[in-house]
Parts: sequence; C-alpha cells; structure tokens
Amino acid sequence: MKNAVGREIPDALLTNGREVYQGKNYMDGKYIQKASPRTRRCEKPVDTKVVASLVEALKQCGAKDGMTFSFHHHLRDGDYVVNQVMAAAIDELGLKDLTIAATSLGSAHDPIADYIEEGKVIGIQTSGIRGRMGEVVSAGKLKTPAIIRSHGGRPRAIEAGEVHIDIAFIAAPTSDCMGNCRGIGGKSNCGSMGYAMSDAKYADHVVVVTDCLVPFPNMPASVEAIDVDAVVVVDSIGNPKKIASAAARISQNPRDLMMAENVAKVIASTPYFKEGFSFQTGVGGPSLAANLFLEQYMDERGIKMGWAIGGICGPMVEMLKKGKVGKVIDVQDFDLDAVNSINQTPNHFEMSASQYANPANKGAFVNSLDFVVLAALEIDTGFNVNVLTGSDGVLRGAPGGHPDTAAGSKCCIIVTPLVRGRMATVCEHVVTVTTPGDCVDVLVTDYGIAVNPLRPDLIECLDKAGIPHVTIEELKDKAYSLVGRPDDLEWEDKVVAILEARDGTILDVVRKIKPYDPNKAE
Amino acid sequence: MIPRPRPERFRLRRTMMFMNAQKPGLIKDAYIYGCDSIMLDLEDAVAENQKDAARFSLYHALKTIDYGDTEVIVRINGLDTPHWQEDIRVCVAGGADGIRIAKCESAQDVKTVEAAVEAAEEEFGVEKGRTLLMAALESPKGILNAYEICAASDRMFGVAISGGDFRKCMQTTPQPDGVDMLFARGQMLLAARAAGIQCFDTVFTNLDDQAGFEAEVLQNKAMGFDGKSLINPKQIRFVHQVFAPTEKEIIQAEKILRAYKEQSAAGVGVFTVDGKMIDIAFIPGAERTLRLARACGMYEGDLV
Amino acid sequence: MEILKPAMAGTLESSDAQVTVEPGTDGIQLTLSSSVMNQYGRQIKATVLETLERLGVNNAQVTVVDKGALDCTLKARVECAVFRSCGQSAANIPWGGAVR
Repeated sequence: MKNAVGREIPDALLTNGREVYQGKNYMDGKYIQKASPRTRRCEKPVDTKVVASLVEALKQCGAKDGMTFSFHHHLRDGDYVVNQVMAAAIDELGLKDLTIAATSLGSAHDPIADYIEEGKVIGIQTSGIRGRMGEVVSAGKLKTPAIIRSHGGRPRAIEAGEVHIDIAFIAAPTSDCMGNCRGIGGKSNCGSMGYAMSDAKYADHVVVVTDCLVPFPNMPASVEAIDVDAVVVVDSIGNPKKIASAAARISQNPRDLMMAENVAKVIASTPYFKEGFSFQTGVGGPSLAANLFLEQYMDERGIKMGWAIGGICGPMVEMLKKGKVGKVIDVQDFDLDAVNSINQTPNHFEMSASQYANPANKGAFVNSLDFVVLAALEIDTGFNVNVLTGSDGVLRGAPGGHPDTAAGSKCCIIVTPLVRGRMATVCEHVVTVTTPGDCVDVLVTDYGIAVNPLRPDLIECLDKAGIPHVTIEELKDKAYSLVGRPDDLEWEDKVVAILEARDGTILDVVRKIKPYDPNKAE
Repeated sequence: MIPRPRPERFRLRRTMMFMNAQKPGLIKDAYIYGCDSIMLDLEDAVAENQKDAARFSLYHALKTIDYGDTEVIVRINGLDTPHWQEDIRVCVAGGADGIRIAKCESAQDVKTVEAAVEAAEEEFGVEKGRTLLMAALESPKGILNAYEICAASDRMFGVAISGGDFRKCMQTTPQPDGVDMLFARGQMLLAARAAGIQCFDTVFTNLDDQAGFEAEVLQNKAMGFDGKSLINPKQIRFVHQVFAPTEKEIIQAEKILRAYKEQSAAGVGVFTVDGKMIDIAFIPGAERTLRLARACGMYEGDLV
Repeated sequence: MEILKPAMAGTLESSDAQVTVEPGTDGIQLTLSSSVMNQYGRQIKATVLETLERLGVNNAQVTVVDKGALDCTLKARVECAVFRSCGQSAANIPWGGAVR
C-alpha cells in the first residue's frame, strides 16, 4: 500500500493495526493505553544491589532466550556496555533469539554483527545503525527486519507497549550501590542520561552497569534506584576519548561557513526570530557553525534566545554562560564542555527522550521549538529527507531527533552541500524517507536556497529580506548536471529494515540491495 | 562542453583566488564563493612529477565546468622550465580567459608568451587575441622593468606582485606596516597606471592572522590597487567590503554621469556638480565607481 | 595508442580516481572499484571505455579505483595514464583531438 510520501509498503507488514504513514499530526487526539512493566518487589531492605558480574545480574533478572534487551547511546562510539552485555548473555549464558532495542547503535558495536550472522541476535530496534552492523543487516542477515525509530518515536513505542523491554541496561558513569545513576563524576562521563529514562521506567528489569561506584546517595539521580534491580561494576564502561570529544570546534571549512551564514540569514528573516525564540541545531559542520552567525544577528537586533534543546555541545554552553540564551535543556551531550556544564551551570538542565520528542505525550519540547537546523544525507524534490541509508542503499545513519524536531518546529532548515563527491545530495527520490517532506521548510545548500512551496509565508519572508532562492527542482538539476543522473538502485524483495514514522505508522522500508557488478555482462 | 564568452580585458577583478589545478575536489566549483576571478595553478601548487596530470585535469575542467561569470585564469610555469609551452597549449585549447605569466622579468618574456599563445590560437582555431595575459612580478628585476612589462602587449590586462619570491630576493619578510614591499608595490602601481592596465596585490598567507590580513587589504585599497590574490575563500568577503564604494561615492558618481550626459548633449564640456568643476577626466572614475557598486549589489541603475 | 609500460595517474583522495594501465594482449581488461558503484558503476565503466577507445587503446589491463570522481576527472586520469605509459604525457598532447 502506498503511503503519504509515495512509498510502497508491503501489506504483509500491516498487521496488528499497523498503518502506513498518513501525514503530519495524523494521530493527534487519539487515545492510547499505556503499557506497564511487570516488576519485582524489593520490600525487604538490602545493604547493596551490587552483584558480582553481568552474568549474575542476567541470571537474577531471569534472562532467557527470546528476550529484548535495551541500551542507550550516551557513550556514543566509545560504548563498551552493549558488547559486554551481549557477550555475557550469548557467550557465557548461551542465550539466543535475542532482540536489541537501543536508542542508537554505532561502529563501536561492530562485534554484534557476528551475533547477527550466527543467528543469536534476531532483532534490532534502534535509531542509528552503522558500520558492520549496518552492512550485515543490509545484506539481509538479521532474521527479522530491523525497526528504525526516531528518538521521540522510541519512548512513544515503549509507552504504547509496542516495544516490551525485558531487561534494560543502564550504562552509568557513576552509580551508588542501590542504582542511583548520574552521567557525571566518574571516569567515563557523558553528562545527560536522557535517553535511558523511559527504559528504566518501562522495563521489567533494570541493570545498572558502571565503572565508578560512589557513596550512597548519588544525587540528583538521572536514573533512580527505585527502578533498579541490580548494579554491576565493570573495569570500564567506555572509552572516554570517544564518548565526548575535547571540544566541538566550529568548522573553518569555507563551504560550511558560507552555508551556515545563509542559515542564519534565513532565520533572521522570519517572524519567529524575536526575543525569547527557541532553537536546536545539529553538530555537523554547517549546522553548528550557524550558531556563530546567529549570534551576530541576535546582537544586531538586541535579542536573546529563550531556550535551546538537543544534543548540546560547547558553543551553545558558551552562549548560555554569556547570557545570550536563557535555558539549555539536553537529552545528550557531545563534548566535555557540555558534559561538565549540565546541572552545574545555572539554567542548564537534563530531560528525558520522551520530554524531548515523544509525539504521544502532552508537552514535548520539540512542539514548542521555533527553529531547528538539521543535516541530510539526501533530500528529494518533495523535501523528503534521508538520514539513514547511503545513496548506495546501505544502512549507515540515524534518524535520531531529526523527524521529531522537523515535525514539531515552526521552521525546519536543512543544510547540506549540493553534492558530496559524486553523490547528489539533492535528488529526485531519496533512497529512504526518514523525515517526511511536509515537515521540512527550507533547504540551504552551497549552490542556493530553496523553500518548500507548502510555506508561502516563508517565501515571502525571504523575498522581503532580499535573500535569493530557487526551486528545489533547480537545485536537483544543478546537482545532476555536476555529477550525472544516478542509476536507480536495484533491490530484492526482502525487507531488511522498517522505518517507522514518529507516530508509529510506517514511513518507508529498506530492502536488500542488489549490488552492481561491473564485470557482469549486461 | 561549456562555451565561455570572449574575455573582457577590463573587468572587475577585486579578488583572484588560487586553486591547485590538480585537485579535482577544489576546481570543480571554486566559483560558488563569489570571487571575481579564479586562478587555476599549474605552477607552485603542482608537484614537478604531476605537471602532466594537472594539464589533463585542467583541460577537462575548462571544457566541462560552468564557471558562469567568474573569470578563469591559469598560472603557467616559468619560462625557465620545460613546462610552459605545453601549459600555454592547454590553456588556449581549453579556452581559459587569461594566462598569468609567472616570474616575468622583461617585456621580452611577455612577447615570448604572446607568440606562443598566438601560435596556439592558430593551432586550435581559437579567435586571435582572445586569450588575455597578466604578468606576475616576483624579482627586483621584474619590478625595475615593470613599465615595459605592463606596456608589452595589447593582451595585457594587469600585473601582480608575488610577495613570497620577491621578499626572498630582497632579504626581507612580511612586516605589519607593509614597509617590506612598499616601494615595489608603489613602483608597480605607477607602471600599471602609466600603461593603463590593472594592478593586483600579492596573497596574504597567514590565515590565522585576520587582523594582519585586514590591515593589508586596507593598505592595498589606499594605495590604489584594483584587487588582491587570495588563497582561501574566507578572505573574499573582506576584500569585497573594502573595495566597495561608499554610499556617498555612488551618489556623487551618479550625479556626475547624469550631468555629463545632459551637458554633453547640449555641447557643454565643463560644468559643475555640487559646486565642483567637472570635465571629461572625471568620467572614467565615475563609471568605475558605478560598475563596482553594481558588482557589490549597491547600484541597480542604468548609467553604466 | 599502444600501452608500452605500466603507468598510473590520479590519487585515492575523495573526488579523485586512481587509474593504472598495463600492457595487455586480449582487448581491454577492466577492473573497476568505486565508492559510488551502485549508482554510477555503469557510467564510470562507459566513460573509461569510451576514453580508451578515443585514444585508440585496444589492448590493456586497466584498473580504476574510483573515489567519487566526476566524469571530467575520470577522463583526465585515464588519458594521463595512457600518455604516460607511452612516454608522451609531457608535450604535444592532441587537445581537442583524441583528448576531448
């Protein structure tokens, strides 16, 4: 069945009330029955919940074949916990048919690809998938299609009971013996632990994994002892160098700077750019550099930013300290400046993924967002964005909060170079739709700006400000004139991943790619 | 294949940005940053054993990439190398707008290049005289012979000093006040103006020293340069800002040109604008101001 | 042109391609790898073969390691490798003739 972004969704996937994507805000006003976990009572006082090993913890939580384990990705590419837990479950306990439900997965988790190939891991639910895992899933080696969700879509699915977590593993930079966790104070600090919060509340069992046990009580706790079954102390939960970079530096690349400046110009031309406006930006080169130019426009107009959300890094913390932004609220931190600031600098707060972006709750921050500046792997002439699959059809990205912030914000700006090497970023049809075009408002490239025709009001703003813009078709034509029109990818029927829209409908599917072999006669 | 319009000998050249002709990622779209001219480099940026490869890249870049209004100039290897003749052939065959003669020391150097360019135009069926020339002065001898170099050919549109080599010859280094090249810059400017061609300053290579760069650009403008060579797109904006005319200059130029049109139609040669005496000698300057203003997006009228 | 000795042109940098030609006897033996194979493999192959044909190269082993080069770069690299293999890359290139 074809959905609202023109993607053919196999009927076989449309079971148990699953629907295809119908457009923005389709589920608004509907009622849901929230799921609840089945948890063990810990009525009798104990001195400690620390157990000897991951295996002990798994046994205590009744780990068995077919279970779903959840993880969060604050340790980013430095994470050791996913691999440690899966090795304990599979290599030591001999478990199989396991599903990993992670907030995101990256190349740190390459070893999991082996468990997929061996058939020990049969399901993956995640926002991001990269590296070897992306390759084996793309090659059709995972037994069930991977389910890709946005950061807001995941807590929605958990609360609706669509994902049932048997055991949640919380990678905690510090924990006390009862399981009160914080993202700071240890040797592998990550700052915010926002993505782990829904997991801890909705999982049947919760195991904290830490490399820094601190005296009770570890306060204020991001994940609270009231939800924790067991605490495991390991040598190291991650590589600090890869958890948070020293400091996210603003790009010096002239192309990035040129695009960033145009992003700021567009923002400053809209009526939303006024005292107290709200803002989120990615950490990619041009997105982050937009901060710099935006600050100049704020000074010129004599206005301040009300609040900023997101994954946060140094430049935004700097603006908070200078008093140019009122409050910063993050679900994740990307560099040490942000890690060391959260809950320390006045007005720098932590939030859960649900608070951040869940479309089914009653007050997610994204819904009050004025501007979001985001990157893209591809964007097509319908303004549909792909941040999941490479233009070769292989899984190597993450929707993250992209679809959530795009849908919630008043003005969503995508910033990307027109081509990368020989890949046309602006194209006729994206490989996979991860953010639907009805949520995307402006595209800024190094070859020009295009505004979504659904937003005549913004077109008028740009015209008034004298900012030149063209149609997205013109940008696509320019891209193809540079790199040539790409051949259509060839696919097999097998679906390797389901791309779930943030509201739970199916936005797109990724099929198994048929690679082109130049030595085969055609 | 992208046909390029006939090059204009005198056009706006505030910024000329150097690009290694051997780097595909760089040359494919250097024009997006809005410099007036790009300078594809076959000389210093290209290793000795890659000179051949750079020519093949350059040829196809010139033939396939739509540089739009951006002027495309090629810096060829010096006349003391085995490369310059083939460099000229590829420039002319590919349709480059102009050639920058490296290490030019005499009028004879210009004439030598001119002869080779003419031969190449003949060989490749290119309109005779299409390919423009500019000279880079890189030695004391070049500076001393600046006037004869500037006046050596009708193809010459400009002359530039190349600071790196020149300072080495002079046993000096860049100074904050520009005193190291003050005389050379002055001598070259005199020669260029006397010969009626344009004059460009050297590159500023320390990208971390924005204040030093800005000081040098301001001095360039004050000395009367037409523009500056650049090594990074981020330098473009400031040069364009500095070389932009002021609002007052634009209004004055408009008044002069409008009055000139009216008065000359009535047969009057000398007249006054705002109490100042104006004659035909003021006209080229006023036209240049308005052309510059148009390029800077500050003038939309039809006087130029 | 006849490939006389092995020769190479280009780099493995992004947006470039490294082309190696070696003498051969059995037509064109092309080994192609590319970072954009699924979308551009056919076009790259066609460009390389057309360029070789224009240069009159009938027998050669050709290896192309493509890193997302545009067609104009691919042509330039193939031509340079071929002219180098014949020791003729330095001067008197037939610009606009066999090279176009």
